[in-house]
Amino acid sequence: MQTSFTPAQLADPHIATSEQILRKCVHCGFCTATCPTYVTLGNELDSPRGRIYLIKDMLENDRPADEEVVTHIDRCLSCLSCMTTCPSGVNYMHLVDHARVHIEKTYKRPLGDRLVRAVLAAVLPYPGRFRLALKAAALGRPFASLLKRIPPLKPFGTMLDLAPSKIALASAADTPGTHRIDGVKRGRVAILSGCAQPVLRPEINEATLRLLARLGIEVVVPEGAGCCGALVHHMGREEQALDAARRMVDAWLKVKEEGGLDAVIITASGCGTTIKDYGHMLRLDPAYAEKAAQVSALAKDITEYLASLDLPALERKTLTVAYHSACSMQHGQKITTAPKLLLRNAGFTVRDPGEGHLCCGSAGTYNILQPEISEKLKARKVRNIEATKADIIATGNIGCITQIATGTVIPILHTVELLDWAYGGPKPAMLEKVR
Amino acid sequence: MRVSDQIAFLAPRRSVLDRREAIIADLADLLPPGCLVSDIRGLVPFETDAFIAYRQLPLAVTLPETTAQVAAVLKYCGRYGIPVVPRGAGTSLCGGAIPQEDAVVIGLSKMTRILDIDLANRTATVEAGVTNINISEAVMPEGFFYAPDPSSQLACTIGGNIGMNSGGAHCLKYGVTTNNLLGVKMVLFDGTIIELGGKALDAAGYDLLGLICGSEGQLGIVTEATVRLLARPEGARPVLFGFSSSEEAGACVAEVIGAGIIPVAIEFMDKPAISICEAFAKAGYPMDVEALLIVEVEGSEAEMEATLTSIIEIARRHGVTTIRESQSATEAALIWKGRKSAFGATGRIADYICMDGTVPLSQLSHVLRKTGEIVARYGLRVANVFHAGDGNMHPLILYNINDPEDAARAEQAGNDILRLCVDAGGCLTGEHGVGIEKRDLMLHQFSQADLDQQMAARAAFDPQWIMNPSKVFPLEGRPAA
Ligand SMILES: Cc1cc2nc3c(=O)[nH]c(=O)nc-3n(C[C@H](O)[C@H](O)[C@H](O)COP(=O)(O)OP(=O)(O)OC[C@H]3O[C@@H](n4cnc5c(N)ncnc54)[C@H](O)[C@@H]3O)c2cc1C
Ligand code: SF4
Ligand code: SF4
Repeated sequence: MQTSFTPAQLADPHIATSEQILRKCVHCGFCTATCPTYVTLGNELDSPRGRIYLIKDMLENDRPADEEVVTHIDRCLSCLSCMTTCPSGVNYMHLVDHARVHIEKTYKRPLGDRLVRAVLAAVLPYPGRFRLALKAAALGRPFASLLKRIPPLKPFGTMLDLAPSKIALASAADTPGTHRIDGVKRGRVAILSGCAQPVLRPEINEATLRLLARLGIEVVVPEGAGCCGALVHHMGREEQALDAARRMVDAWLKVKEEGGLDAVIITASGCGTTIKDYGHMLRLDPAYAEKAAQVSALAKDITEYLASLDLPALERKTLTVAYHSACSMQHGQKITTAPKLLLRNAGFTVRDPGEGHLCCGSAGTYNILQPEISEKLKARKVRNIEATKADIIATGNIGCITQIATGTVIPILHTVELLDWAYGGPKPAMLEKVR
Repeated sequence: MRVSDQIAFLAPRRSVLDRREAIIADLADLLPPGCLVSDIRGLVPFETDAFIAYRQLPLAVTLPETTAQVAAVLKYCGRYGIPVVPRGAGTSLCGGAIPQEDAVVIGLSKMTRILDIDLANRTATVEAGVTNINISEAVMPEGFFYAPDPSSQLACTIGGNIGMNSGGAHCLKYGVTTNNLLGVKMVLFDGTIIELGGKALDAAGYDLLGLICGSEGQLGIVTEATVRLLARPEGARPVLFGFSSSEEAGACVAEVIGAGIIPVAIEFMDKPAISICEAFAKAGYPMDVEALLIVEVEGSEAEMEATLTSIIEIARRHGVTTIRESQSATEAALIWKGRKSAFGATGRIADYICMDGTVPLSQLSHVLRKTGEIVARYGLRVANVFHAGDGNMHPLILYNINDPEDAARAEQAGNDILRLCVDAGGCLTGEHGVGIEKRDLMLHQFSQADLDQQMAARAAFDPQWIMNPSKVFPLEGRPAA
């Protein structure tokens, strides 16, 4: 597409990167067809091509963000379905990241919106605070419908709805240290404990540690780690996100120095997409650019890593699994076959729900900030999953698990929980009632 | 407001521009919330379609959800003489959906319901905003499909397909949109809702459907379409034929068709196109050939074998260097994915304008060679990827849109190529339509008397010329309003 930036504008490396992205877009419109918000709302402004154009116009004219632009960028799920579809290789992810930072810097949101975002950014990335908040939510649940009737407080009501009724205690799996193995050591990896996941589903990392230990992989939970920064990154809070990224880079590279590192294992694909992008996010920081690129290269989704370990084929089971590919898995990281092959190899019958490319509406904090669209996408996703008549749903991202669980009675688990069970671990508690 | 300096739109009607605020307020009353875009920022993304060389902001964009709402908006616009530009998915390659300053865009993107699937009669009735591929996907489990398959089928709408009488790779055997359309519900300029055709193969009276197909949004707005469904063939297989020159490949196509063999598709790619498509789709196209034909055969194993044997014999006579049959459904899908992504994937290396001239097959080799010469004369590059079986050429002229001189050269080269096609006995457009891009070349193809008759037919539907008025007919020589 034609662009019109002045040389002075292009001197800003962020603008220069975005200009290169915009130049690649030929406005063919293919991406609109697979965008969940366009499919739901039918307005080009809520499509990738429309958003690209809105961003282009805003950046070219060096204009502060305005309500119209913010409305449509806020509705973007960052699911990156558009990037899978785009034949021209337009990097929408980096463009919309840039736009979000620009919005955060130049646009003053209404008070209620600011409040909600500040709360999310101050709570979610910190497991301790998040656990406390969930306990408070359990007490506050009776007020959910009341809050939802007051427009600016509606997101708080939604948060109460999403909060689980039982809150797990802090898990041993998140305590920093090295998890030793009994047999022969075949490798050494570091793991991302994460922020929201260990509070909502500690079982996931516990299963990962057990499975890897049995496979002879030493796992290090690094000292000084925490949230990877993805949540705030998607809210355009650049400094907070980059600080998180630097902290994680330091933590993992320290593990590497101490005893080598084959991979950084991630069990939430949402985080994986961001960590694999650290190299780009920190490219302008001379002290971190190279180190961040190293970490991005080491980052592996747990299923990606397991696929390299040649697990033995197991006998057929009677259970049928609907595999829900998280957007961050299939579009963000382009991991499409590994999780399904692992599950099949472990004896499960795997089914692909229809419209698999469409987001479930979770998308980080999206289900809290955009509840209407999120609900519609959830209903559509659940319809497609239930049509497979599967016994269990497997997926690789905590956000999807929380979201889909509120829409169906079919138990939903992380792929690694099923694999751990199949390869000698305990049966997941969730599945007690399943044959 | 930005106005393209390269092409003239009709002068905006002052009476409309002056009433902008009032018009927007009235439109808001006619539509549910969320169905009107009037904010200047929000209008910008609607200023163009997939023909990005030109741009023009509209007055407002409406996104009705029902035929009744389309009728209400049209009735209003008809009453006040406000120009209207219909828009489907905005994938037009000739600027058919580009608005004008005084126009209200009527976008069909919210009308995406599949209304009826009648397998006994082999028809589907859908709203105009349903994408081409969604029709086929809806009937795939039952073993049916909708035949015309523009490369943009993932995104383009059936309404847009009717507007442009679109074709695609598989139209060689199955015909283009007009051969597969059975009926429409359509709203006229004054809000009147009419129905043409139906579920039967032929309708009584004049073939008005044939007139509607390819009318580029100038006769009315289609809100529902009934199309013909076909049963999937027993088997289908694309085969790659590599040649050491474009001329040989072109001559091979002419001889295949001349021999009366009609495969389902014969697609052509030259070397630059092959490398562009391979970079995106990794389909395993041969990279050591100058030209490639994708020939698809279908039917029973025996039928496919028989057709292939005769095509291979002809190809050998034209010095084919590589023959590769796809071995699996996945491979076949990749071969088509690469081909169908060709235009979009070109964005990886350059901006492009896509020509759409059609030539008699006997002229294919000659026109290919001349095209190369024309583009070279302007100091530009070209990639050729097109529906060879029906002689529908798509030279992609590669250029740098950020360089005004380059852009002007590309436009001139494009005009020269289209004239070449017409002079070779072909026509300006095979399937993309005239739009605004080829409007001023119409006199190269038609005499003024021809155009007068066409405009008279147009005026019978839209006497005020409010429907997509800047397109198709040269601005000069129009009847006085
Ligand atoms: C990458 C790429 C590949 C393509 N490949 C092909 C191909 O192989 N074959 C082919 O034929 N075309 C192809 N095209 C061109 C384009 O996709 C077709 O012309 C398509 O039919 C346009 O559909 P649309 O929904 O995008 O319509 P739009 O572009 O929005 O509109 C097209 C025209 O139809 C009118 N219109 C739209 N909807 C209606 C309606 N409901 N009622 C009345 N008029 C209406 C508009 O006013 C306009 O004049 C390609 C385009 C791209 C970008
Ligand atoms: S598919 Fe890619 S090139 Fe086409 S409009 Fe979307 S982003 Fe642009
Ligand atoms: S990231 Fe997802 S929601 Fe956002 S524009 Fe792309 S496809 Fe649409």
